[in-house]
Amino acid sequence: MRRIISVLLENEPGALSRVVGLFSQRNYNIETLTVAPTEDETLSRLTVTTTGSDKVIEQITKQLNKLIEVVKLVDLTEGSHIERELMLVKLKATGSQRAEIKRTVDIFRGQIVDVTSSVYTVQLAGDSEKLDGFIQAVGTAGVLEVVRTGVSGIARGEKVLSL
Amino acid sequence: MELLSGADMLIRSLQDEGIEYIYGYPGGAALHIYDALFRQDKVKHILVRHEQAAVHMADGYARATGKPGTVLVTSGPGATNTITGIATAFMDSIPMVVLCGQVASHLIGEDAFQETDMIGVSRPVVKHNLSVRHPEEIPEVIRKAYYIAATGRPGPVVVDIPKDMTTPNERYEYSYPKKVKLRSYNPAIRGHAGQIKKAVDMLLAAKRPVIYAGGGVILGKASNQLTELTRMLGYPLTNTLMGIGCYPASDKQHLGWLGMHGTYEANMAMHHSDLILAVGARFDDRVTNATEKFCPGARIIHIDIDPASISKTVEADVPIVGPVDAVLKEMLALVKESKDKPDASALASWWKQIEEWRAFHGMRYETSPDVIKPQEVIELLCKLTNGEAFVTSDVGQHQMFAAQYYKFDKPNRWINSGGLGTMGFGLPAAMGVKLTHPDDEVLCITGEGSIQMNIQELSTCKQYNLPVKIINLNNQALGMVKQWQDMNYESRHSQSYMESLPDFIALAEAYGHVGVRIEKKEDLETKLKEVLAMKDKLVFVDIYVDRFEHVYPMQVARGSMKDMWLSKTERV
Ligand SMILES: Cc1ncc(C[n+]2csc(CCOP(=O)(O)OP(=O)(O)O)c2C)c(N)n1
Ligand SMILES: [Mg+2]
Repeated sequence: MRRIISVLLENEPGALSRVVGLFSQRNYNIETLTVAPTEDETLSRLTVTTTGSDKVIEQITKQLNKLIEVVKLVDLTEGSHIERELMLVKLKATGSQRAEIKRTVDIFRGQIVDVTSSVYTVQLAGDSEKLDGFIQAVGTAGVLEVVRTGVSGIARGEKVLSL
Repeated sequence: MELLSGADMLIRSLQDEGIEYIYGYPGGAALHIYDALFRQDKVKHILVRHEQAAVHMADGYARATGKPGTVLVTSGPGATNTITGIATAFMDSIPMVVLCGQVASHLIGEDAFQETDMIGVSRPVVKHNLSVRHPEEIPEVIRKAYYIAATGRPGPVVVDIPKDMTTPNERYEYSYPKKVKLRSYNPAIRGHAGQIKKAVDMLLAAKRPVIYAGGGVILGKASNQLTELTRMLGYPLTNTLMGIGCYPASDKQHLGWLGMHGTYEANMAMHHSDLILAVGARFDDRVTNATEKFCPGARIIHIDIDPASISKTVEADVPIVGPVDAVLKEMLALVKESKDKPDASALASWWKQIEEWRAFHGMRYETSPDVIKPQEVIELLCKLTNGEAFVTSDVGQHQMFAAQYYKFDKPNRWINSGGLGTMGFGLPAAMGVKLTHPDDEVLCITGEGSIQMNIQELSTCKQYNLPVKIINLNNQALGMVKQWQDMNYESRHSQSYMESLPDFIALAEAYGHVGVRIEKKEDLETKLKEVLAMKDKLVFVDIYVDRFEHVYPMQVARGSMKDMWLSKTERV
């Protein structure tokens, strides 16, 4: 099953490589990984999406917790949560395609953030399925370049992951 | 406050940490530190002949004393030479701090002379590693390193020290921190009371219980509590290779050790049990055999300080995360005050069954009128040293024979590389033990393959007068490899022979030691007595043993606990 694990990590050199190293060392999957400092500059927030059986996921969270620099973590998929990913896409846009693309972008509530006579650059945020859906809708033939940030997530409601 | 250079701060920190010995080898990036070492005499440095041996020495010291060992090496090749030793300590959870020189900060990343990313290289085999980024941090980094190494589930910690952190003429205020606080590292200090209660209820209700104890009992200094609880319950106990000595081997409740080369009775009891109390053990593949066939009728209580060890390979029914000594103490108290008692009649028939298994096989081997059997060498050594020696071993058949036939009644005396299985561990580990236990007998049981992996340390032994006894069970082959080839590859002995063995006697003498060769069975006892009488001499005893011997019992690959070869021809 796909899981989103959210980690508070000491914002120190080498901490990220320990997390990444752990995944390859123990043969765990990483699908996406995002990391950036939080409002408390001594902490980074890292989100990793992974897949595995319940047993594997349990090991992943336990092994992550064992890393000295991991302060706290939560498996967001255990409760209701919000996940977002940002995508920038360059699309071939000439002639009648231009209006068609514009319509699709509107339907997906994206924005065209850069324009040339033959190219649109589109920005789109949402969960990973929505971003996949957009690519499908415009058709891969017209896609020149895709950049995705990977998933960030947060729990719904009052729950917070903090010190 | 005192002003000290980074190098002096480092050595002062070691003094304040109470470190007596460090094992190491100098080189460019560590020279400021070596100079600081020279200008004091509290911390003693042992100069090895290869950095790997420094780590195994520190490891032997740590296993015998329960205190963290310390290593000091230079950058690049000095640091990379420690990796096998660090990985050995990591796999067996041995507390240790490895101080590595590094090129000066401004050179890092430039492929400078003797630059290696030691933080990166060591990462998968350390509990943690730390770099010094400013000389002023040194006392705190050192305090943290020992704290992390020795608490929770212990392990090795590497500290990377760029040369400019130890510059002699830059001085800073020195004070050694009394405490460390790490917000992200808080090992459990006691187990969950509800889980402990549940475990005790299950324990007292069991009909066919087995206690399965591991190295965690020794690391967690919980042998007394374990022994008391086991005796109070009257239950059978088996321990792992790493747990040898955690419970007296001469006691009748002790079934010997379990797993691949464990006793018949221990493996049978495990397989047929209805309740397993696992204490500081980790259900590794050399113990469980095929996990899907593991102990089908047993419910499992698992106590461990490391939550990741619980339900990793075999699912626990009652997990208890906590230090084994504290948890066992609470269990003892509950058992004492409980009105439930172990089911005496169920226990009696369980013991009857176990005694039948014990009588059916026990530990046995066939003797020969003229050839020396490796097992009898170990039995004799055990007798001649009253089972009180510190015994280190290398890896191979000799290791298994030593573990099977030397009966340890005390913890911290059986010292071997169980997790990584590192040939070359035995001699330096014995040296680390002998240095701090000069009055105890220290035996290194080895094979002619393994001993050659760190034989250069005979020179270190001469320098520091370390009269260990090296017992070379010379079967003229990489015996364990050969055994597997006999069993699985129709005796195709691919590269498992040593075709040009050195004259070990001459070699020992060349290093200034004594060498004794034993080839005849009738000489064995007298010669071993003579060897042990040479208290102040390192003696290399080269014993020609049966070249065709195999280690039994041996579990059948991918079978259950109870599927074993008992000899070359008997399979159960
Ligand atoms: C460093 C290292 N290399 C290879 C092995 C694989 N190995 C395990 S036992 C063994 C043979 C050991 O031979 P010896 O020391 O003579 O012991 P014996 O089995 O003959 O008693 C080998 C090569 C190992 N454990 N460690
Ligand atoms: Mg051999």
